Amino acid sequence: MSAEQINSQYPAEYAKVEALLPGQSVSWLKTLREQALAFFSSHGFPSLREEEWRYTNVSAIEKKLFSPVVHDEIGALDVGSLDTYRLENAWTIVLVDGHFSAALSDLEGLPSSVRVLDMASALEQYPDELQKYFTQAVSYKQHGFVAFNAAWFTDGVFIHVPSKEVLSKPVQIIHVVTQADYMSNTRHIITIDKMAQAEVIETFIGCDDAYLSTAVTEVFVGENADLTLYKLQLEGEKAYHFAGTYVKQEANARFKHHNFAFGGLLARNDIRTDLGRASECELNGLYLGIKRQHIDNHTRINHLQPHAISRELYKGVLDQRARGVFQGRVVVAEYAQKTSSEMNNRNLLLSNDAEADTKPQLEIYADDVKCAHGVTVGQLDEKSIFYLQSRCVDEATARNMLTFAFANEMVFKIKIKNLHDQILEQLLARFPQEGIQQEWL
Amino acid sequence: MLSIKNLHVSVGDKPILKGINLEINAGEVHAIMGPNGSGKSTLSHVLSGKSGYTVTEGTVTYKGKDLLDMAPEIRAREGIFLAFQYPVEIPGVSNIYLLKAALNAMRIHQGLPEVDAFDFLTLVKDKVKLLEMDEKFLYRSVNEGFSGGEKKRNEILQAAILEPSMCILDETDSGLDIDALQVVAAGINSLRAADRSFLMITHYQRLLDYIKPDIVHVLADGRIVKTGGPELALELEEKGYSWVQEQVA
Repeated sequence: MSAEQINSQYPAEYAKVEALLPGQSVSWLKTLREQALAFFSSHGFPSLREEEWRYTNVSAIEKKLFSPVVHDEIGALDVGSLDTYRLENAWTIVLVDGHFSAALSDLEGLPSSVRVLDMASALEQYPDELQKYFTQAVSYKQHGFVAFNAAWFTDGVFIHVPSKEVLSKPVQIIHVVTQADYMSNTRHIITIDKMAQAEVIETFIGCDDAYLSTAVTEVFVGENADLTLYKLQLEGEKAYHFAGTYVKQEANARFKHHNFAFGGLLARNDIRTDLGRASECELNGLYLGIKRQHIDNHTRINHLQPHAISRELYKGVLDQRARGVFQGRVVVAEYAQKTSSEMNNRNLLLSNDAEADTKPQLEIYADDVKCAHGVTVGQLDEKSIFYLQSRCVDEATARNMLTFAFANEMVFKIKIKNLHDQILEQLLARFPQEGIQQEWL
Repeated sequence: MLSIKNLHVSVGDKPILKGINLEINAGEVHAIMGPNGSGKSTLSHVLSGKSGYTVTEGTVTYKGKDLLDMAPEIRAREGIFLAFQYPVEIPGVSNIYLLKAALNAMRIHQGLPEVDAFDFLTLVKDKVKLLEMDEKFLYRSVNEGFSGGEKKRNEILQAAILEPSMCILDETDSGLDIDALQVVAAGINSLRAADRSFLMITHYQRLLDYIKPDIVHVLADGRIVKTGGPELALELEEKGYSWVQEQVA
């Protein structure tokens, strides 16, 4: 079947399960879903013809009709293996095949003023409040994936931290997909009020078969508030993954994003933030591609107000036949004087068949700003290899050390000890080179 | 210790070293001086095994073995140490880890057991004091963000821990202010021993004020054109390299 034929079947599938999707009694949401579905029907998933998708061909996703999962179809889960991803000393929300599992989640001890709950329940309890957030950070018209997600989402997480509240532990959202051909579409709202602080970790895991996982998160960071988001994408090796994180930062707000993209066959991240006056954002990313993985990270930083600071560093390690794509776009509006922005993307290619496509873009309309960007694509530095050899280290070990050190710079930034260790462990397990040791660091 | 016979080295088609002969006995300190482009650094690179150089003629024997036949790491484990003119920054690998990895690789090569963690720390801290370094440097990435002087101290720290038989110091004085130079020179002098030899490569006589060589060689256009005692260095300083080149010509 052609892509058009597959895509044209989704509305019929939608009609079958529509009544089971959350928020049926919420009229604004019903309208949103219908509009989004109509947008998807006419646009489909993004094509290579779209500038933002030039390097990422998603047509493989259109060769298959993924099944929405309704409650009684949720797959069985090996809880033991789930526990290896569950972080101690964190509040946990587990979404299985796109649905909240109360049994697997743990929100005990959450301060009563803080709300962390599944989106289906949130839509029942706070429909009017949620309307103020939905599509405020991203329109369903952004592109096919966002529209698809808006139409189909089965659940998600709503996090609200009231002003001055400082969360004592991170909130971890674990997404699991259990079966072949399933699709998991989740929608999240994270809103951190004035002077509040929180850390949220998103972990994505799944079975070894092909499935589709999409997650759209709208984030609102209030004045002087501070949010750090960690994303650990460890999808199964045949998985298709799309995640969009769209952020609005008020004056003096701080937002940090740490994005680790290790899994999936085809994975795409969109990260966008709109910076308020004197706000700060830091976007960090590490992608490791092996075999035939295709990992695409698109970031966009909008400096809309004066005095804001943005820092961005994405690093990629690409081996075998993997392909990494990075697009970093920084837009400085005319009014955003005294902007300070720095963006870097560094890629290490470990095989002749690996590929990196990188596209930094600065668009500056203000005249009193400090902006810099840099990009590198290359192999290991021969001078460094020789230096290590001259210190008794054999060449193969020297290469491994340098490769691992290159990637580890991003892991090193993680200050939550058990999360840091988990990421390091995943990185070590996924490196195709043998003999890499943690003690090097 | 080290015997270089009629060594010819090219980079691509261009001959750089044109027949070097040099005998360094155990415990001796040799200085090689020469103008820019004379081949000084090439000599240090060839001895330590850097790629990109072709030996077209001649031999180098180290402790009775063919040095040129060994991989760079084997030379290092056999006791050849090159203190780099420009030490390389290695972000992400900690200084102390590299010290330990290097020492253990050397010990295993020599048939010794790996060093005990506690003994290692004691040893490292001693040497750090000797070089008047801050212990914090141990836990930073190798040379990353170090000043010129700190990098050179770090090189000598590595030598002090590895206790090599043959130290090659490539322009160790470059980029050092007088205080740093004194500390580095004191570190090097403390390493002098009857079973350890030094080959100091330097453009200026300055370093030799602090580390007294036994023998001074002058390298010009890929050949050793003059050999003498420490007084040769002073004479060179006074008359300049053109003096030697005139004598040769």
